[in-house]
Amino acid sequence: MQAAAIELRAISKRFGGNVANDRVDIRIESGTIHGIVGENGAGKSTLMNILYGYLKADSGAMLVDGSEVEISQPRHAIAAGIGMVHQHFMLVEPLTVLENMLLGSEGGVTLKRGMTAARREIARIERDYGLEVDLDAVVGELAVGLQQRVEILKALYRGARTLILDEPTGVLTPQEADHLFSILRNLKMQGRSVILITHKLGEIMRVTDRVSVMRRGQMVAHLETRATSREQLAELMVGRAVLFQVAKGPARPGPEVLRVEALDLKDERGVARLKDLSFSVHAGEIVGVAGVSGNGQSELLEVLGGMRSPTRGSIAIRGKMTCWRSIREQGVAHVPEDRLRNGLVRGMKAYENAILGYHRRRDYGGFFLSIRTILSRTRDWFSRYDIRPHDVFLNATSFSGGNQQKLVMAREIEHGPVLLLIGQPTRGVDVGAIELIHRRIVELRDQGMAVLIVSVELEEIMSLADRILVMADGRISGRMPTAMADERAIGMMMADGDAVAAD
Amino acid sequence: MDYFDQSVFLAASTIRLATPLVLAALAGLFAERSGVVDIGLEGKMLAAAFAAAALTAISGSHLLGLAGAIVTSMMLALVHGYATITHRGDQVVSGMAINITVAGLGPTLAEAWFGQAGRISLPPGRGRFMPIELPFAAGVRDIPIVGLVYTDIISGQNLLTYIAVLTIPLAVWVLYCTRFGLRLRAVGENPAAVDTAGISVASLRYRALLMTGLLCGIAGAYLSIAQSEGFTRDMTAGKGYLALAALIFGKWRPVPAVLACLLFAFTDALQARLQGVSLPGIGSVPTQLVQALPYVLTIILLAGFVGRAVAPRAVGKPYVKER
Amino acid sequence: MAAARRGLSFWIDIGLIPLINLAAAFLVSGLIVLLIGENPLRAAWLMIYGAFGYGEAWGYTLFYATNFIFVGLAVALAFHAGLFNIGGEGQAYLGGLGIAIVGTFAGFLPRFLAIPAAIFSAALVGGIWGLVPGWLQARRGSHVVVTTILLNFVAASLMAYLLVNVLIRPGQQSPETIVFPHAFWLPQLWTWLGPFGVDLGRSPLNASILLALLCCILFWLLIWKTKLGYEIRVVGHNRDAAVYAGINVGRIVIIAMILSGALAGLMAVNEVLGAQHRVILGFVAGYGYVGIAVALMGRNHPIGIILAAILFGALYQGGSELAFDMPRVSRDIVVVVQGLVILFAGGLEHLFGPLLQARLMRPQRSQP
Repeated sequence: MQAAAIELRAISKRFGGNVANDRVDIRIESGTIHGIVGENGAGKSTLMNILYGYLKADSGAMLVDGSEVEISQPRHAIAAGIGMVHQHFMLVEPLTVLENMLLGSEGGVTLKRGMTAARREIARIERDYGLEVDLDAVVGELAVGLQQRVEILKALYRGARTLILDEPTGVLTPQEADHLFSILRNLKMQGRSVILITHKLGEIMRVTDRVSVMRRGQMVAHLETRATSREQLAELMVGRAVLFQVAKGPARPGPEVLRVEALDLKDERGVARLKDLSFSVHAGEIVGVAGVSGNGQSELLEVLGGMRSPTRGSIAIRGKMTCWRSIREQGVAHVPEDRLRNGLVRGMKAYENAILGYHRRRDYGGFFLSIRTILSRTRDWFSRYDIRPHDVFLNATSFSGGNQQKLVMAREIEHGPVLLLIGQPTRGVDVGAIELIHRRIVELRDQGMAVLIVSVELEEIMSLADRILVMADGRISGRMPTAMADERAIGMMMADGDAVAAD
Repeated sequence: MDYFDQSVFLAASTIRLATPLVLAALAGLFAERSGVVDIGLEGKMLAAAFAAAALTAISGSHLLGLAGAIVTSMMLALVHGYATITHRGDQVVSGMAINITVAGLGPTLAEAWFGQAGRISLPPGRGRFMPIELPFAAGVRDIPIVGLVYTDIISGQNLLTYIAVLTIPLAVWVLYCTRFGLRLRAVGENPAAVDTAGISVASLRYRALLMTGLLCGIAGAYLSIAQSEGFTRDMTAGKGYLALAALIFGKWRPVPAVLACLLFAFTDALQARLQGVSLPGIGSVPTQLVQALPYVLTIILLAGFVGRAVAPRAVGKPYVKER
Repeated sequence: MAAARRGLSFWIDIGLIPLINLAAAFLVSGLIVLLIGENPLRAAWLMIYGAFGYGEAWGYTLFYATNFIFVGLAVALAFHAGLFNIGGEGQAYLGGLGIAIVGTFAGFLPRFLAIPAAIFSAALVGGIWGLVPGWLQARRGSHVVVTTILLNFVAASLMAYLLVNVLIRPGQQSPETIVFPHAFWLPQLWTWLGPFGVDLGRSPLNASILLALLCCILFWLLIWKTKLGYEIRVVGHNRDAAVYAGINVGRIVIIAMILSGALAGLMAVNEVLGAQHRVILGFVAGYGYVGIAVALMGRNHPIGIILAAILFGALYQGGSELAFDMPRVSRDIVVVVQGLVILFAGGLEHLFGPLLQARLMRPQRSQP
């Protein structure tokens, strides 16, 4: 048997208490395109950063062309013929394409000779692989697709025989993605190997020869692409782990609470993140937004939660148009996706975090904070939500993920909202807390609250939501009552928004 | 010819005042383009001025003084690097600490070692960088315009000024034509790109800070053993901050930064010239306000009212690897 | 017990680390004294005696400390909003302008109006000098650090111009204002406390110290007990969370800089109303920069700031005495200590802290 281009054996990596990679094995045959799929946080990027020497594995071995190599720094990887196109491009925007290429392999103390040689060499690579880029253009002024091409060229110029691409199509238009795939096929024909990290199953089926599936830091399957199907991959990705059974009766939807119409959002770079979203949420129902992360769900939450203003479109709460800054006064509560980044203030105490966003209310005082009221309420929430340790004076960082989440949930629920937005309700939360959080959400629904949940855990959406919206590429690619939904159909809508939207 | 004489005089004094600014601004350029904020230009210059004067006074050799100035300034640059690169400390705080420490240390040591209240005096007329008369300077003096320009502006400066002039193209060459310069420009913008290209971010930044130390050392030596005869308390008088302002004004590019230095030095020269002079129609010019002009201009520029000064993107941020 | 759990880490952070940073700064300063050829221990003793040995020394120490409380609070307030205000020097200087305006042009005011008006004016003009960089940061995105430095120089030029051309005492050569009417003089504490047997010599310690302590209380109330202070801290800790909480970050940045500038401006009250009774060119004399060291040492808490201000007051007073008794050691050694404190407590804050936390916390963590 021919030696594999890359072989990783029993790679493990922990970040503090989190196991990102747990004894991962993988074999990349040379001259193939090898896909690695998995949910966000499954450990794909960590594994590739280890292979590239950007992170150091705690244990395990790496073999290139059959012989063991020590890769603890990117230059070792470059020397071993491994190149990587990171999800966030490693480009220096004010420099020209040529200067970016040269960085790290300048070929001498001065640039002139190296530049001339590089021009010739790059021209050859461009010809061989159909990768034209203007070498004298300033990188920051290039379109994203072209920047990616620069990254690929850079890796090839540095002699990469194996190319890693981390979520390469997340930032590309479908046309650009098509072009990328033809480049990858071209590379394969020339005998190079490609590792493609993605969570889009359509891409895997289209271009890869083999595919490996990761889940929660472990490799769960290695398959021939020809012999598998999207459905099988989706199942493997999500896993057949504990199915959360949430006891809940049928929803009794009341009047409309949230109405979103023709919502558009462009980010600072002018890229459309939300495209023409329209939907509504009624009192007494839970609407779940499913989708692979990075398809506009975070932005949707930020807009609804008043953290940024939409480019176009309208949001009405109980029939009234909202002003995006004062969203809380209109009864919108928001449990954000990333609690540590925006839901909590690390350096501040639990009781201070318990009023974040609601601190301007009269019940918490006028000019002065009425700390007594805050303390007594916080203590009450601590016992009702079973937040431990039971000490409201501790800093927010002193609590575990589950307890932090319970604190944020308590804060948002107990201020009497009419609409509750929840991003990733159970991310980083232990199993016991998950149950409590889910039960509480259903209770709130039964009390007549309108609830919108965004989660990348399809199972969670399936078991909690009464209606499901599926998002792909900033659009709603499917909508259905949960009773009529099945995991596979939703998985397909998530995996390939365009195909389903075209149906 | 009176106005012409005046202009020549102004130009010559502009160059003299611009020399330390140019050196310090280029020093700051290396630090900031590598992503390290350096408020400590002032302190490094002052320390170098002290070391230059002290060593020259002791040894009688101004070259030894210059060497001592450079070594002192580079050592302070390493302290800054140790705090901000190795320990990821706050770059502004560290720079401030260096400035304040030096502001106290110079006079303290001067008093202890030289017994004069916070100053070191060199014997006048020798033992320092003296004006160098270029060939034919005396001969061409009488040629109208060109002669005077050559004799009074180009000739008659001291060695360190000529070094400063040479530093300008050299800095441009290093920044834009060498491997080190390319990496420097890259690391201040996106250190992760440099890291993934297999280059050590820390060692690159340390080397940049050593360049900063080198140039601040020359600038400091200029102040104490070329421009004046010895060290006095706080003799940098904010020149380090002014150089920083020039660097910002020049949008972190060498040639515009040097031009900003010249502009600032010119306002300074003009201000000195206008002191106590009453101009027809205007009356006496408030020289103190002319003095504030460079700072006000830089603030207006920073506020984005004219153009926009965009700093190197990674400046001020310690480099921490992403997961 | 909650207190016990919080205990060790809390006390390391609040107590031990500042002490170690201070010790490091003193150690290096001691080496410098040794380098000069004097005995550092004797120097330290002279300094301590010079600062606390007799009544007048106490008076001077606390007089300097009063300055440092104001500028320390100014830096700390900005720190709480996540801003580094290096402009204390200029803001304090402009506070002097505020007093000069009232003292020169409203000299007719009766005492009960004169002093409050002068104090208010000092805070107002200092606050305006803080507002400028605050507004530039909030609305134009220019960094407070750079603009405050630049504004220090603008302030120096502006004051030089005004003192030479506008506010100068008629018929006088040196650039300073008239001596303000007695209605503007703050009472000296020795006149109050002398009768009770407290000996403060003829020190300039004056009623400003009460104003400084009042500011400490107000600072504490503002930062930890009011909604405004709450918003300031949220902005300082985590701007994303502030946006999430619907806080107008720009508004908070501006308010924090105004308050910071006003506190720095009040330093002029101690120097001008309390001691010199006129505004002299360059009367701030670098005290504004001491605020950085005081805030860093005092961990941005009023109690810590009072302690650190007394420490630096003692250094400044003891330093003068030291220079007198040990002619080879200049008074400037105090500035060296100050710089080293900023270096160890600020620039090198990650040097001792994590080391100690790891050392001392490990055994506790292993317990169940």
